[in-house]
Amino acid sequence: MAAVLQPAPQPQPKIQVRNLDFYYGGFQALKNINLAIPPRQVTAFIGPSGCGKSTLLRTFNRMYALYPKQEARGEVLLDGDDILAPGQDLNRLRARVGMVFQKPTPFPMSIYDNIAFGVRLYERMAPRAMDERVEWALRQAALWDEVKDKLKQSGTSLSGGQQQRLCIARAIAVRPDVLLLDEPASALDPISTGRIEELVHELKRDYTIVMVTHNMQQAARVSDFTAYMYLGEMIEFGVTDEIFIKPKRKETEDYITGRFG
Amino acid sequence: MSTVANTLEGLAGSPRSVAPESRAIPDARLRRHQRLDLLFRLVTRAFAFLVLALLAAILASLVAGSLPAIRKFGLGFLADATWNPVTEQFGALAPIVGTLVTSAIALIIGVPVSFGIALFLTELSPAWLRRPLGTAVELLAAIPSIIYGMWGLFIFAPAFADYVQPALTATLGEIPLAGALFRGPPIGIGVLSAGIILAIMVIPFIASVMRDVFEVVPSVLKESAYALGSTTWEVVWNVVLPYTKVGVVGGVMLGLGRALGETMAVTFVIGNAHRLSSSLFLPGNTIASTLANEFTEAVGDVYFSALIELGLILFLITFVVLALSKLLLLRLAKREGQKT
Amino acid sequence: MTIYARRIFVNRFNLAVSLLTMLFGLFWLGWILFTLVDAGFRAIGPELFALATPAPGSAGGLSNAIVGSFAMAAGGTLIGTPIGIMAGIYLAEFGQRGWLAPATRFINDILLSAPSIVIGLFVYEVYVVSTRHFSAWAGIMALALLVIPVVVRTTENMLRLVPDSLREAAAALGAPQWKMITLVTVRAARAGIVTGVLLAVARISGETAPLLFTALNNQFWSLDLNAPMANLPVVIFQFAMSPYDNWHALAWAGALLITLGVLALNIVARVFFRNRTATY
Repeated sequence: MAAVLQPAPQPQPKIQVRNLDFYYGGFQALKNINLAIPPRQVTAFIGPSGCGKSTLLRTFNRMYALYPKQEARGEVLLDGDDILAPGQDLNRLRARVGMVFQKPTPFPMSIYDNIAFGVRLYERMAPRAMDERVEWALRQAALWDEVKDKLKQSGTSLSGGQQQRLCIARAIAVRPDVLLLDEPASALDPISTGRIEELVHELKRDYTIVMVTHNMQQAARVSDFTAYMYLGEMIEFGVTDEIFIKPKRKETEDYITGRFG
Repeated sequence: MSTVANTLEGLAGSPRSVAPESRAIPDARLRRHQRLDLLFRLVTRAFAFLVLALLAAILASLVAGSLPAIRKFGLGFLADATWNPVTEQFGALAPIVGTLVTSAIALIIGVPVSFGIALFLTELSPAWLRRPLGTAVELLAAIPSIIYGMWGLFIFAPAFADYVQPALTATLGEIPLAGALFRGPPIGIGVLSAGIILAIMVIPFIASVMRDVFEVVPSVLKESAYALGSTTWEVVWNVVLPYTKVGVVGGVMLGLGRALGETMAVTFVIGNAHRLSSSLFLPGNTIASTLANEFTEAVGDVYFSALIELGLILFLITFVVLALSKLLLLRLAKREGQKT
Repeated sequence: MTIYARRIFVNRFNLAVSLLTMLFGLFWLGWILFTLVDAGFRAIGPELFALATPAPGSAGGLSNAIVGSFAMAAGGTLIGTPIGIMAGIYLAEFGQRGWLAPATRFINDILLSAPSIVIGLFVYEVYVVSTRHFSAWAGIMALALLVIPVVVRTTENMLRLVPDSLREAAAALGAPQWKMITLVTVRAARAGIVTGVLLAVARISGETAPLLFTALNNQFWSLDLNAPMANLPVVIFQFAMSPYDNWHALAWAGALLITLGVLALNIVARVFFRNRTATY
């Protein structure tokens, strides 16, 4: 039983979740989620540990399909198409919906090849065009100036914050529609965190961004819309300012004011 | 932080950088990916099957090769100690007993010594000595067994015969009943020598495994015991060993498996005599040494087949030991409530 | 004795025994290595690498055995490694469901601890009997069968060490599974996999038993893979068990060579692994 607040009339939501349940084996981790993610905005999922926010995020690119005992039931519509329907091509889906993880995950190859990896999967490009795409992605991720002279060095030779921006650049290079960020800054120091947050703010001009964070202040700073979840249920969803200043549900208010969690 | 109005506005305008257009991914490429995925999975699966098939093939060929001998001697093969190529009468009892006895000696000597070495490396040794000593033990484990065999024959056996065997006869040989094991001609080669060489070979191996498992015991666990006033020995006996018992048992079983199948370390010093004797000082045989010594000179189908049946018996013995050890480990782990 | 005094005594006693066992182990190691180096060096000279194995009493070397060992170890490794790596990939990457993976793992453990002489017996039955002669190919087959279980085990273990987040990152870009595995996961584990192969090579270099009735031995210089081929371990066995002094000397030299080779491989594998492992 979830309360859903739709923001005032707006264009077609990028992602529409209808009656979504999720199971890890016998355990139900998401209960009847209903949600509309607006396009070209930053939507944050907040809530205490174990509330299901990462689980929900990972249904958007069906990452859970890698693991046998995990199952989703219901509907998740990306631009009107149900991505949970059987017969959906997962690779194609994941080329449209990119993901950045909590821990930076540079591939064991050069910085250049890291960025090019995703592009090479689906596009055939002349070397010059690839160079341009790599540079564009690195500029978007605010990493170009720091690595432009060492593109051939291994991705693992960068610092933590740089590695994470590398992962963001890698996700952007394939020009997805949606970017999923799973606690992208939680493994980073405060300065790197700040830069990632600035980046998110700029990226939303081009991409729909959904971000999981356990840091409420970060959600308040960065997001346009916020969803509060608890124990697998969507408790409240709305414009960030309203959620944080005047939440409509008591549970939301308790969490935000730190009465628990 | 945008409001609803900004949402609508943001859609209308275009950003400063290259805007991502919606991209059509060619269907052909996706289908190619799917086909290659399937192919890759099938190919790796086939190789995994190959491993299974190998075992089946080994068993099948050994059984097939043993059939003439099985048909001629039946189950009595296992209890018969005669081995006469001339009359074509063969029995596996002597080699089987030899295999089991030498391995038992190897473990009786080897397990306590390995434990002592692992204990030294993890608890007693000064930090600067730990790495070189540990490496020395691991390198010992890598030395090929033929080296041990050669050294055993040329260096160990004479010294054993001259110094140790008379001493053993004088001391342990005096014990009633069991003393008969240690009475006999001090010729240097024999079942006991083979067992000792085997022990020396197996010690570095078991010691490394024990050392590895001892090292991963969390220090907080040991510190909690120390904080209660335990001595080092008490910590090891009461905390470290129970914590690592799965790994320790596994290591000992692996060592046993090696000892049972070991050929070269044993063949040089066991004396190649097909007989059961009451003394460990006398020469004997193991299955592996019998095969090594006699296979290339065997004549006649029955002789060959008897040797192959010996090989089959050895294979089954090691299989049983391995299966038992896995069962034991499963039982131990389950008792701890861990999922295996 | 008070309880406390007894505990202190037990402690000191056991720790002293532990020290003794360490010295015991070092004693044997030292003695064996000393003998090996002492006896082996005496027979080392340029003829060792130039001349083939001699008749009893005449001068000679070990050149044919050295080359034979190299050739067969290389052959066994080249055949066994790809099989082992592919099976290891299956176990680590596709092994979450079904019965094949647990069964293969169990069988692999059996093959890993199977006595190598039994492997030799198997190859004899299957290859030597049907081709009616001993040959280097048979030796290569036997060595490959020893390499496979080692490589399967280390490949699977090394692949499992690669964190799932790396695999997910590749999947998140829409990479098909075969690209995820070959371009990302295996690459991330490559240092460990190579180390596993080196250790497998070290293991088969010293193996005698599987060659006893497959490749047999060859007194003369021969590179024919279809004929029996000389190799160090069997030569050492034959020469050491004989009553001839010059053969004994050559046996020690051969033993020293094998030991140096195996130790060198082990050290190289260690150093390589330490330097090349990427940390995540």
